[in-house]
Amino acid sequence: MADQIPLSMTVNGQTRRGLGEARLTLADFLREQAHCTGVHLGCEHGVCGSCTVLMDGEAVRSCLLFAVQADGAGITTVEGLAPDDETLHPVQEAFRDCHGLQCGFCTPGFVVSVAAFLEANPDPSDEEIRHGISGNLCRCTGYQGIVAATRQAAAVMKGSGQS
Amino acid sequence: MKPAPFEYHAPETVADVVGLLAEHGDDAKPLAGGQSLVPLLAMRLTRFEHIVDLNRVDELFGVSLDNGGISIGAMTRQAAVETDTAVADRVPLLHLATPHIGHFQIRNRGTIGGSIAHADPASEYPAVMLALDGVAEIASASGFREAPAAEFFESTFMTAVAPDELLVALRFSAWDQPAGFAFDEIARRSGDFALAGAAVGIGTDAAGRINRAAVGMLGVGPTPLRASSVEAALMGLATSDADPAEIGRLAAEDMDPIGDVHASVEYRRRAGSTLVGRVLANALAQVNTEAGNG
Repeated sequence: MADQIPLSMTVNGQTRRGLGEARLTLADFLREQAHCTGVHLGCEHGVCGSCTVLMDGEAVRSCLLFAVQADGAGITTVEGLAPDDETLHPVQEAFRDCHGLQCGFCTPGFVVSVAAFLEANPDPSDEEIRHGISGNLCRCTGYQGIVAATRQAAAVMKGSGQS
Repeated sequence: MKPAPFEYHAPETVADVVGLLAEHGDDAKPLAGGQSLVPLLAMRLTRFEHIVDLNRVDELFGVSLDNGGISIGAMTRQAAVETDTAVADRVPLLHLATPHIGHFQIRNRGTIGGSIAHADPASEYPAVMLALDGVAEIASASGFREAPAAEFFESTFMTAVAPDELLVALRFSAWDQPAGFAFDEIARRSGDFALAGAAVGIGTDAAGRINRAAVGMLGVGPTPLRASSVEAALMGLATSDADPAEIGRLAAEDMDPIGDVHASVEYRRRAGSTLVGRVLANALAQVNTEAGNG
């Protein structure tokens, strides 16, 4: 039952191999074996959104996937959004500028979700932004800063043609 | 919050899936999008010796045209249903209901077959399937069979699909007549489980008299329910003569809600029947628009 299954996937552009039981979640694989500790685990049952990553470009809850299901897939975590160590992704930049975070626990999930949301909706209204971030919970900010950050990121990404 | 150990299977054909289900019976569970099953496993509300992952079974994915209607593979992601033009064109209620399911991250993984097989009475697709008389295609090691929506939802989380069977596709027919459709629900926060919801389709003859009414409700009973009193009251009326608020109130009699921390029985009944009236008004307005354009 507790057989160890070999795992291989591309995480932030690098091939990562590992070993785990079938019940190992993608989130735990990313944190413990790929050392992407920006993948935060709040609720571990798909409610809070802190563990959001991109799987083959689409935002998903990594706590609701087993690592074995992502075998062969391409995963992007919050660590992989920025082009290099010196530069922030426009969404990260905007969260900093607009006070889109306080304690920061939920922030990686928000940043990944907002990046995916803006990819699909480059010019959202405030109502669409609120709907777009509804799958992530923040207990500190009251969301005003996050909405403002999303608005700024949308403008920056549109301006730079990165959408 | 970690699932109990299980043996993982990743078959690539329906034949292999039903072979595994035949072998392991109710010790096995098919895993679709995992947006409901994985939380249940994580919280150890349920456990299975064998998990049969459907995500590599290509033949279960996709929307195809079917006799004027559509057939949707059980593993078609909710996000794919949301953007599919054939769905929007032929089965507008599915298109209208989909954005109400969870959040976009959930819809990227969640599937139509998973929602319907899970049969949560507060979820959207079961109510739409019931309202539209959708048909479930079910496979097992001994072949294929069909189950109409009216016989599909047996009780809360219980369906006509036996442990050794697999829901493979859902079929919906298009309405070949002037028609209007609307969907809405009441939830405390965007993406939460609905306290009550309604899926309404209204069809008329060429003179604008209602000759088809489909009203599905979610969150107000142990299964999705039809508001048959509302449907009966609408038949034969001219769309312009129907008073949606008054007719919607009849829905209270068709409900069998439970009370919980989120809403009492009485609140669900009153808010739900008010909602049915509003959604009915929207559907009627769509019919009038279509008639005006035509």
